[in-house]
Amino acid sequence: MRRYLSKEYTFRRKIQVYEELFFRLIMLLASLLIALVLLQIVWSIFREGVGSVSWEMLTNTPKGGFYFGKEGGILNAIIGSLYLGLGATLLAFVTGLPVALFMNTWLAPRKRLVNLVRFTLDLLWGIPSIVYGAFGFALMIALGIKASLLAGIIVLALLILPIMIRAIDEGLKASPPGLTEATYALGATTSELSFSVLTRQCLPHILTAILLSFGRAIGDAASVLFTTGFTDNIPTSLGQPTASLPLAIFFQLSSPIPEVKERAYAAAVILTVIILIISILSRIFTNKYSRNTIKF
Amino acid sequence: MEANHKIRVENLSLRVNGHEILKDINVSIPENKITVILGPSGCGKTTLMKSMNRLTDIYPEMHVRGRILIDEEDILNTHKDVTAIRKKMGLLSQRPYPLPMSIYNNIAFGLRISGRKKRDLLDKRVEHYLKQASLWEEVKGRLREPASSLSIGQQQRLCLARGLAVDPEIILADEPTSALDPISSQEIEKKFLDLKQDYTIVLVTHILRQAARLADHVIFMYLGEVIEQAPAEEFFHHPRTEITRAYLKGSIN
Repeated sequence: MRRYLSKEYTFRRKIQVYEELFFRLIMLLASLLIALVLLQIVWSIFREGVGSVSWEMLTNTPKGGFYFGKEGGILNAIIGSLYLGLGATLLAFVTGLPVALFMNTWLAPRKRLVNLVRFTLDLLWGIPSIVYGAFGFALMIALGIKASLLAGIIVLALLILPIMIRAIDEGLKASPPGLTEATYALGATTSELSFSVLTRQCLPHILTAILLSFGRAIGDAASVLFTTGFTDNIPTSLGQPTASLPLAIFFQLSSPIPEVKERAYAAAVILTVIILIISILSRIFTNKYSRNTIKF
Repeated sequence: MEANHKIRVENLSLRVNGHEILKDINVSIPENKITVILGPSGCGKTTLMKSMNRLTDIYPEMHVRGRILIDEEDILNTHKDVTAIRKKMGLLSQRPYPLPMSIYNNIAFGLRISGRKKRDLLDKRVEHYLKQASLWEEVKGRLREPASSLSIGQQQRLCLARGLAVDPEIILADEPTSALDPISSQEIEKKFLDLKQDYTIVLVTHILRQAARLADHVIFMYLGEVIEQAPAEEFFHHPRTEITRAYLKGSIN
């Protein structure tokens, strides 16, 4: 067959082969670059911080003079961050899941409106968290609420709500129309479809959404800067101010004392490890609970 | 036609974005018989079937006009609860869509949403319907496993059992064997011949031989119109129109 191909054709074919090679190379380089940057960040945090992580640091609240390099730990910030992250994720989940389900069931026929909602959520996703912090602060002043755990949870929940909704929404969008038809054909109502079938089918997506949101919530400094205050104590109620790891890192890193700076890196190590543990746990759960999902 | 008519469709037309998918359909579907809706791909046969249990409601771009009478009751122009209408019909789709839950719960789901929640009763009913769909022997030891672990032929029989569990009077089947291997297809076909004692079956297919094997009554559609409807014997041996003759000879596809 070969000899029937024109010269021009074989030339173009050759160019296409090189084109393919070129783009594969570029993609490979880009992936390598991203992996390198990530490794570099993790490496520098661990290099600077791992030496200062100690049992004392994990189990004590700051003692007098802690911020000048004296004794104590950051248990207050670890617990505070877990409270903030879990509280905000819970709040965003119970409000976000119904929204995502609503968008894909009742609201689904109004495609333009749904797309507008999606666009709005994507915009909100992109807004810097300091804006959420400032907004939350303004709201607190208007309502007369003091800086507290509750205020922080609410602002963080607002911050991660768009992530939560859109990540679940993407899963629901990918659910096949045939499954919806089959469920309706059994005489199911839209709520039965939503909560018994769609949530099960999209469980892996929902878990991913929770993980993404939690990671963002626990790691965000700017939105808790004005809203939670900062304290050396572990909060015992929603109305009390609370410390958090990102702010502990921020305050200690700006210190001129080398020991304190090292502790900032140690706090960063702890934050990174928490997020790592949550990621691994959620992967395990995703595999365990996605066994019922129907693959198409 | 001698038998009672379970479903009557009168002057049904359906438009999608100004394009007419179904044009003035008038058909009758006899009770306790297998009615085959036959026609080439894209002729509107699936759409006609879906409008019978109002699945067309989910797609706002579909505008339906006309009347569909089931037991002499109009199901299109009514304020009656649509879930009650749909419970009268079991649906079997082109490829099986088991629910994302265990084999047991796939059957129990329909029972639960119909308000039957007692454990021992559920167990009995699940067994009954799995037996009716000839699936019981294959799955009785692993009812708690996810439905997705079944083969596709088993999944289709599970969907049949699930449909029967809501106690319908009509079975709507949309090319139910198109994703199945020959042996699973045969099992489904055999099942239909058994089930027509108790159910009115509407079967959409484009496979002529399948139609010939199963049909008591045939509705032949082409480009959104009903060209011919007749008892199977008459349809296959004495087709009345030129288009039907051409289709039966295999020159339209």
